[in-house]
Amino acid sequence: MSKSTATQTARARPLSPHLSVWRPTITYVMSFAHRATGAALYFGTLLVAAWLITAATSESAFNTVQWIFGSWVGRVVLLGYTWALMHHMLGGLRHLMWDTGAALEKHKASKLGWATIIGSVTLTILIWAVGLAVRGGF
Amino acid sequence: MSDMRTPLAKVRGLGSAKEGTDHFWRQRLTAVSNVPLTLFFVGLLIALSGGNFADVRASLSNPFVGLVLALFMISGLYHMRIGMQVIIEDYIHGEGLKILLVMLNTFFAIAVGVASIFALLKLAFGG
Repeated sequence: MSKSTATQTARARPLSPHLSVWRPTITYVMSFAHRATGAALYFGTLLVAAWLITAATSESAFNTVQWIFGSWVGRVVLLGYTWALMHHMLGGLRHLMWDTGAALEKHKASKLGWATIIGSVTLTILIWAVGLAVRGGF
Repeated sequence: MSDMRTPLAKVRGLGSAKEGTDHFWRQRLTAVSNVPLTLFFVGLLIALSGGNFADVRASLSNPFVGLVLALFMISGLYHMRIGMQVIIEDYIHGEGLKILLVMLNTFFAIAVGVASIFALLKLAFGG
C-alpha cells in the first residue's frame, strides 16, 4: 500500500447538507440569530464604553457621542442594539432551560423559538416606548 | 473497545486541554449574572433618556450605580470573550490566524473593560 494514493489526490469528497439547502426552521433561524446577536453585542460594548468614557472625561466629547446616538443612523443602531440585547437574553434563558434537559422536544423547542423572537421584539418596543416617554417626545 | 483513560483521568474529566467543561461553565455562570445586570443597565438608560452631561454624571457617580455597571461590564465582557472565541474556533481553520484572533479577542475584552472601569472610577472618585 503506498501512502500517496490516500494523501496526494485531492478528490472532491461528499459534504453533508449545509445552510443553503436547509429549509429555515424556527429553531435553526433562532440558533443563527443567537450567534449573530451575540457577535453584534460584542461590538456594541464599544458604544457603552464610549458613553462611559466621555461621561467621565469631556463634556464636548460626551455631547458629540449623544448627538451621534440621537441622529437617525445612531437611533437605528441603538434600536438594533436594544433588540440584540433582548433577543440574546431571551435566547440565553432558553439555552439555560435546555441545559436542564427541559423543553428539548421538537414542538416545544419550536414554540420556544417563536417565543424568543416575539418576546424580543415586544420588549424592544416597550423599552423604546418607555424611554421616549421619559425623554418627553421623539 | 476498552476505554484507555485511567480511572483518575475519568473522574477528573478535564480532557486533553486540561480545562474540561470550564468554558461551558463560565459561559453559563456569566449568562445568569448578565440577566439582572442587563435589566439594570436597560433601566438606567431608560431613566437617563434625554438626560444631559450633568444628569448622566450625577447618576454614574452614585456608588451603587457605579458598582453595578462595573459588574455589568465585567460579566458581559467575560461572557462575550468566551462566545467570540467559540465563533473564531468554529469558523477559522488556519492555526496561526486562529491563535492571533483568539489573542486579539482577549486584548479587546480587557481593553474595553479597563477603559470602562477607569471611567467609572473616575466618575466615582471625582473630577
